Amino acid sequence: MASKSVHLPVLQSGLGGTLRRDAWWVGPAITFVLLSAFIVYSTWRAFENANFLYGPYLSPLYSPLVDTSWAKGWPIPVSGAMIILIGPGSFRFTCYYYRKAYYRAFAMDPPACAVGEPRGHSYKGERGLLIFQNLHRFTLYVAIGFLFFLWHDAIKGLVGWQDGVHLNVGTLVLTMNAFLLSGYTLSCHAFRHLVGGNVNSYSTATAGMLRYKIWQKVSKLNMNHMAWAWTSLFGVGLTDFYIRCVCTGAIHDMRFF
Amino acid sequence: MAAERKAQLKVYRGDKEGGELKDYEVETYPGMVVLDAIHDIQAKQEPSLAVRWNCKAGRCGSCSAEINGKPKLMCMTRMTSFPENEPITVTPMKSFPIIKDLVTDVSSNFRMAKKIPAFRPRPKEADGTWRMQQEDIDRIQEFRKCIECFLCQDTCHVIRDHGKAEDFAGPRFLIALAGLDMHPLDTLDRRELVKDEFKVGYCNITRCCTEVCPEHINITDNGIIPMKERVADDYFDPLRWVIRKFTGGPEKKEKAHLPVLQEKTGSK
Ligand code: SF4
Ligand code: SF4
Ligand code: FES
Ligand code: FES
Repeated sequence: MASKSVHLPVLQSGLGGTLRRDAWWVGPAITFVLLSAFIVYSTWRAFENANFLYGPYLSPLYSPLVDTSWAKGWPIPVSGAMIILIGPGSFRFTCYYYRKAYYRAFAMDPPACAVGEPRGHSYKGERGLLIFQNLHRFTLYVAIGFLFFLWHDAIKGLVGWQDGVHLNVGTLVLTMNAFLLSGYTLSCHAFRHLVGGNVNSYSTATAGMLRYKIWQKVSKLNMNHMAWAWTSLFGVGLTDFYIRCVCTGAIHDMRFF
Repeated sequence: MAAERKAQLKVYRGDKEGGELKDYEVETYPGMVVLDAIHDIQAKQEPSLAVRWNCKAGRCGSCSAEINGKPKLMCMTRMTSFPENEPITVTPMKSFPIIKDLVTDVSSNFRMAKKIPAFRPRPKEADGTWRMQQEDIDRIQEFRKCIECFLCQDTCHVIRDHGKAEDFAGPRFLIALAGLDMHPLDTLDRRELVKDEFKVGYCNITRCCTEVCPEHINITDNGIIPMKERVADDYFDPLRWVIRKFTGGPEKKEKAHLPVLQEKTGSK
């Protein structure tokens, strides 16, 4: 019996082929623009290698501070951000949500649901070259480590002033950044698996009920993982931009008390 | 009395030799769904129009089709959900071989279902029963809502665009496998099969299955991703491998094998 599907000419195939009438391309187009913009901005900032430190404030792109004096005289300048960004960069690159986003928006595999994609290439999914995506959990461990630095930076923005405690706009910005990145990191699918998703019988496992409760909480966060992914990405970008503006004098860092 | 309203439909008519979209006009009424319109055409204009249906209540999963290009159940799609002055296109599911008009051959799914090693519970307790707590089976119950409409299989690009209906379990069967893997009573380890035979790695988590599921099962987030993580635990995580070497790891389940299938399936 034939099991190959017969592709009927009226049911369009090939890139963009679809009978859908809604604006299916809007989502991937927005993703494409926003992700590209962030990549361009963070790359530019990583090369700038300046304007990331102001009083106790440290830009998240450069946190924790890395000494790069060993790379003096290298053909390409090496900045702290270039080293730092490997951590969060690989975390986001292998994130289950961002994978969906860029497989659709960049690889167009598929561009949208029930919309044709370029035919003829042999598809391997995450079984070929992309098999490393299975190691996402290791980037999570690194990202959890980064959270400590980011909260440290936020607290420093409050108490790290020479003349005592300040509450400035910058303090709030750094706190918001640490909060959003915590939400993003703790709503990760690999984290959800780690804290309890891997248990089959909570009622009989060691600390089973505790793991069940934590798993439930993380699952709740996880339902909004996409929202955490975007808000925290904007958070990082805006926090860095704010600190840059304060450094260059473009903005005066307002003080509440 | 409300003025009589008419709707235009473009319905696929044809078989594997070829076909075309044909125009029809039907009178609409409040509460009408696309399946009603198709029945109306069948009753009054085109008795030979082939359509598969059964319950008209979103329960049997028979009336799957593509409406304006989107995989949907015809019986759960209201005519009022489309702009009045535009024709509504109804085509068969694209990923499966066509039989006639809106009816496709979904038997690749049945073949895939047969490949899954069945549930094998541990022995009963002394009082002759099994006990599970609600929290142990919450997750699995979500997957039991599946009505086997195969809309997820139809929209999955691995099957739809890359033609892997016989080679990849697809979302419907990945949640079946996840339900077995998470089952507190089951004693079989199907993870190697999930990796090598059912090829969970083909799924690139682009979530179209979740978008179309009429039962709103969180196929990707609650089924496939946890399954990928479980496979990663056993086959990709070097740290866990080392821990297993030292501690002997958690209690092992018996490795499952593909059931030996009687019929020879699929063409070369
Ligand atoms: S998420 Fe995976 S299984 Fe679901 S449609 Fe996409 S590729 Fe297919
Ligand atoms: S998982 Fe949802 S879309 Fe897939 S067959 Fe079951 S009910 Fe249909
Ligand atoms: S960070 Fe998105 S899934 Fe882990
Ligand atoms: S006819 Fe049963 S689901 Fe539509």
